[in-house]
Amino acid sequence: MKRAFLNAVLPNGHGGLLIEGDRVVASGRAVTAANVSDAEVYDCNGHIIMPGIIDMRVFTGEPGSEYRETLASASKAAAAGGVTTIIVMPNTKPVIDDAAMVDFILRRARDTADVRVAPMGAITKGSAGELMAELGLMKEAGAVAVTDGTKSVANAALMRRAMLYARDHDILVVQHVEEPSFSNGVMNAGERASRLGLSGSYGLSEVILLERDLRLVEMTGCRYHAAQISCAESVEVMRRAKDKGLRVSCGVSINHLSLNESDVGPYRTFFKVSPPLRSEEDRCALVAGLAEGVIDVVVSSHDPQSDDTKRLPFAEAAFGAIGLETILSAALVMTHNKNITLERLSQILSETPQRLLGLAQGQLKAGCPADFVVIDPYSNWKVEPANLRSRSKNTPFEQRTLEGRAMATWVAGRNVYSYVG
Amino acid sequence: MSQSDTRPPIFKAQHLLAVTDLSVSEIKSLLNLAATYAEVNRNADKRHMILAGATQVNLFFENSTRTQSSFEIAGKRLGADVMNMTVSSSSISKGETVLDTAMTINAMQPDFLVVRHQSSGAVELLSQKVSCAVINAGDGQHEHPTQALLDALTIRRHLKNLEGLTVAICGDVYHSRVARSNIALLTKMGARVRVVAPSNLLPSDIANFGVEVFSTMKDGLADADVVMMLRLQVERMAGSFVPSEREYYHFYGLTEEKLKLAKPGALVMHPGPMNRGVEIDSAVADGAQSVIREQVEMGVAVRMAVLDALSRNMRSQA
Repeated sequence: MKRAFLNAVLPNGHGGLLIEGDRVVASGRAVTAANVSDAEVYDCNGHIIMPGIIDMRVFTGEPGSEYRETLASASKAAAAGGVTTIIVMPNTKPVIDDAAMVDFILRRARDTADVRVAPMGAITKGSAGELMAELGLMKEAGAVAVTDGTKSVANAALMRRAMLYARDHDILVVQHVEEPSFSNGVMNAGERASRLGLSGSYGLSEVILLERDLRLVEMTGCRYHAAQISCAESVEVMRRAKDKGLRVSCGVSINHLSLNESDVGPYRTFFKVSPPLRSEEDRCALVAGLAEGVIDVVVSSHDPQSDDTKRLPFAEAAFGAIGLETILSAALVMTHNKNITLERLSQILSETPQRLLGLAQGQLKAGCPADFVVIDPYSNWKVEPANLRSRSKNTPFEQRTLEGRAMATWVAGRNVYSYVG
Repeated sequence: MSQSDTRPPIFKAQHLLAVTDLSVSEIKSLLNLAATYAEVNRNADKRHMILAGATQVNLFFENSTRTQSSFEIAGKRLGADVMNMTVSSSSISKGETVLDTAMTINAMQPDFLVVRHQSSGAVELLSQKVSCAVINAGDGQHEHPTQALLDALTIRRHLKNLEGLTVAICGDVYHSRVARSNIALLTKMGARVRVVAPSNLLPSDIANFGVEVFSTMKDGLADADVVMMLRLQVERMAGSFVPSEREYYHFYGLTEEKLKLAKPGALVMHPGPMNRGVEIDSAVADGAQSVIREQVEMGVAVRMAVLDALSRNMRSQA
């Protein structure tokens, strides 16, 4: 059956979207009421249609900590937030470090999740940073990249070998960039941390590991992605690496684009994330880097934590914030502020992740999977934790009013979410 | 060793330390001589007592079954008195250095010292201090010249000429002295040599050795005349160089399916000892294209030829 979504704003201008079954038939200016007579027609009332968001950094509790989040509950939050593909991190119990675990995630997602799910496999066995995991077999099983998730591969010799091995198999290596021996703080190092009496982590710990990795990339020729950068200096480091022609990219979390260290306020643990929220100057540099193209993708870094890990003194609380349901609205702030265009928004949330991970979905071109989201960019809503679909409620946007939301989310031509006011 | 006057010299050097020291004509002469010993070895009477009265000491600082016994049999068939010394279990554990051990043995006036050592260059170091002929039976990750010679002899028996053949050397080239000696010998003799391995198991700048480099078996085995598998050490496949045995087998293990990528009837070789189910499937190791057992047979012939050739260069020590 054909469906036509008319009177919409697409990333590259006004137009419509025609789908049939699970595929896009056509999109753009040419799709009008005049030529879709055989289709079921939806009037988008001038709302935005974008490719569904591909979120490259999502943690769930499945398997191992299902009380925090399952693939099913995360997928419901994703659908409500316009996210149609979630890339789950390997830091589960057990760790996703072999083909059987990759297969488990894919089958569980197929049976329980409303959106597409694909895992990244671990770089090292158990993400312990000591021995290389079965990168080639995991890729064959369906892992879209490899990463140790919340952990950095600190050992340079091991990282070099993993990069060489990944290059042989054309696997994207994704690194959490924090030099562990230099980043044992609980928030950004500086005056605020000092006044709060908290230990700080320097932005330099990120820069050091990033620069080391980029040298290794130069040596090995592998494809490399820094999962999240958080400070102005890292933007410059990435700019230089790209100018050299290295096959490298980087992401930034929506938290680091929206918030800064001041938000920690009186020890609010929902703002305790890794890497830590930095200064306002850093945040502005990240937004600028994103607009300019030095930063490639935006992720939610969705990391569900419950009371047992967050209702603790700041230093003892876990890192992490949920974000699947708020990433789109928080990112729309940048288009409202004219930091980035709608076209750029679509690149950083969908098209570039698609390209980096080699996925089929992520574009609205003819023949591509019909994964998309209809967005009302001006609908206001207040983030009430109780209304969020995630099993955990640790959102740093708690009680904030955001502008813009997903009105409908479609995955493979199937409506998985519709906003009911 | 009175016959040394009547037999023509095969090569110049006093020792056999590395393939890289040999010329093309020396290799050919050695292989021709070895071919005659291969015939002798199939006779009921295998003895050819040209080394009667000579003493050969097998000085092995690293454990070895097949190389040591192969040298022992070779020496005995030529009439030499052979003594095996496995040093890891004696003097070295008492703190003696390699050179002291060698000098001690040298003082007993052997004619041949066959040496294996875990450190690259150790055999050459030792050869500078002793007065007998030294044969390198494998030094670290450097060379194993008799293995390359026996491999060449085996190939020649089946494919006549080494020149122009495409030989794919697959697996742990990084740690392999067998690979280095084979690359040196085969490229010298005009074969086209390929190395096929995950990048982690290739030495830096291996392309400068005159070989073609491949990281997949599919590309590396295409149209190969000879597929030479290398042994992968267990400790290297547990995540340090490659992720696991099963992943290595999946991508690099020589199965019947992968062997089909090579030329029909391509020779399958392995220096041993094999890890069945890791670098090579049993069906291939024991299959019609395998010449692995013949390699062992040729090992004795080659080592007899080497002992013979070196004895021709000896001046009386008396």
